[in-house]
Amino acid sequence: MTDFIIETSQLCKSFKQKQALRGLDLRVPAGSIFGFLGRNGAGKTTTIKTLMGLLQADSGYANVFGSPVTDADHSVEIRRRIGFVTEDKELYPYMTVEQIIRFTRSFFPKWRDDLEKRYLDIFELPLKRKIPDLSKGMRSKLMLLLAISRGADLLILDEPTDGLDPAAIEDVLRELVTLAATSGTTMFFSSHQLAEVDLIADYIGIIDQGKMIVSGSLDDIKARYQRLRVVLDDPKALEVRWEDGVESIRQEGRVLSLLASRNVDGIVEQAQSIPGAVVERYPVTLKEIFLEHVRSN
Amino acid sequence: MIFRVNQGSGIPLYLQLMEQIKHAVETGALREGDQLPTIRKVAEDLVMNPNTVVRAYRELVHEGFIELRHGSGAFIKGTAESRARLIRKAQTVVESTVERLLSMGLTEDELRRVFENELAQANAKREVVTGRQGKL
Repeated sequence: MTDFIIETSQLCKSFKQKQALRGLDLRVPAGSIFGFLGRNGAGKTTTIKTLMGLLQADSGYANVFGSPVTDADHSVEIRRRIGFVTEDKELYPYMTVEQIIRFTRSFFPKWRDDLEKRYLDIFELPLKRKIPDLSKGMRSKLMLLLAISRGADLLILDEPTDGLDPAAIEDVLRELVTLAATSGTTMFFSSHQLAEVDLIADYIGIIDQGKMIVSGSLDDIKARYQRLRVVLDDPKALEVRWEDGVESIRQEGRVLSLLASRNVDGIVEQAQSIPGAVVERYPVTLKEIFLEHVRSN
Repeated sequence: MIFRVNQGSGIPLYLQLMEQIKHAVETGALREGDQLPTIRKVAEDLVMNPNTVVRAYRELVHEGFIELRHGSGAFIKGTAESRARLIRKAQTVVESTVERLLSMGLTEDELRRVFENELAQANAKREVVTGRQGKL
């Protein structure tokens, strides 16, 4: 049985103009690095704010560490166990780096001095500088330092590498991987960067229009999806009712390109039964899976 | 780090890592009794999820390619080297097949496609039989 650190079911949330979440089901296994993907406006930030208790859902439920996020009795305890980096990266503007670290650590009895020192060093943060004078990248790194050093069991990171240059992205990702290898911290992070999700996530979820449209172990998803290339003898005479699992079909001249999300063998068999057809199968990248789903919706 | 993965290929990273470790043995870069880098080291160097490394190592143990010694890490097994010998044997078989087909007039590209397609089909069949992702 898998333990889920985050679990939501049929989560709905509307704003005046817009239905942001339409029955979102999300399950984040303990110890995983979960990449949360979606286009702008798909509902990522609304989900994250709901998980942190900053927004209240209209219906459905959201549990973190097994307790509802709306449960007032547990809310302080839950929040102590979560470190987060928000999208806007806002911090008290009148403090310096040193002051905000000292201020934040006073709330967290499990504060890790070793991690604080490590990140100050790796991220090269200027202790005496005031927060408004930091670059966007430095603010991201400072928020990561504050989130990780509190000794959290769960990190919720909204676009943690946003605004960072490629070298800094590499630093941040490596630190997240190290943390996962040494502490078993669960990480839930949203990102537009499919390449970085592909590398460090072991679970993913793709949200579109407030619903989870693909989710699960990244290896399993990659093993399940395949692209089939079918070269036809006679491109005009084709009339096939494809089996379940075909996500999309494109035809260019004699070449038919199918994306299969499951039942690949059945579909291959079907393609091979077309007279004169030559069938080849290829692995599919996370980028292809993502684009296929968010475009077709 | 002698290992490398290509995240743009669509092939699960743990399979790529397994392949790289096997390749290192085939070329002699890793030999019987050699210690593999720790999970943490591989994860950090390749910036990849440690669970992915764990899975690759676990599958290699399952295939009898490496062994875990309690508390001290993962090591290349003797049988891995005999695999390497087997591969050298395969090379001679493939060599003569390739020569024959080329002499029949197939081009290099055609040959590569036929070969890759056959492998993919064999791999797909094995997945069905064993219910898990086969070796690449």
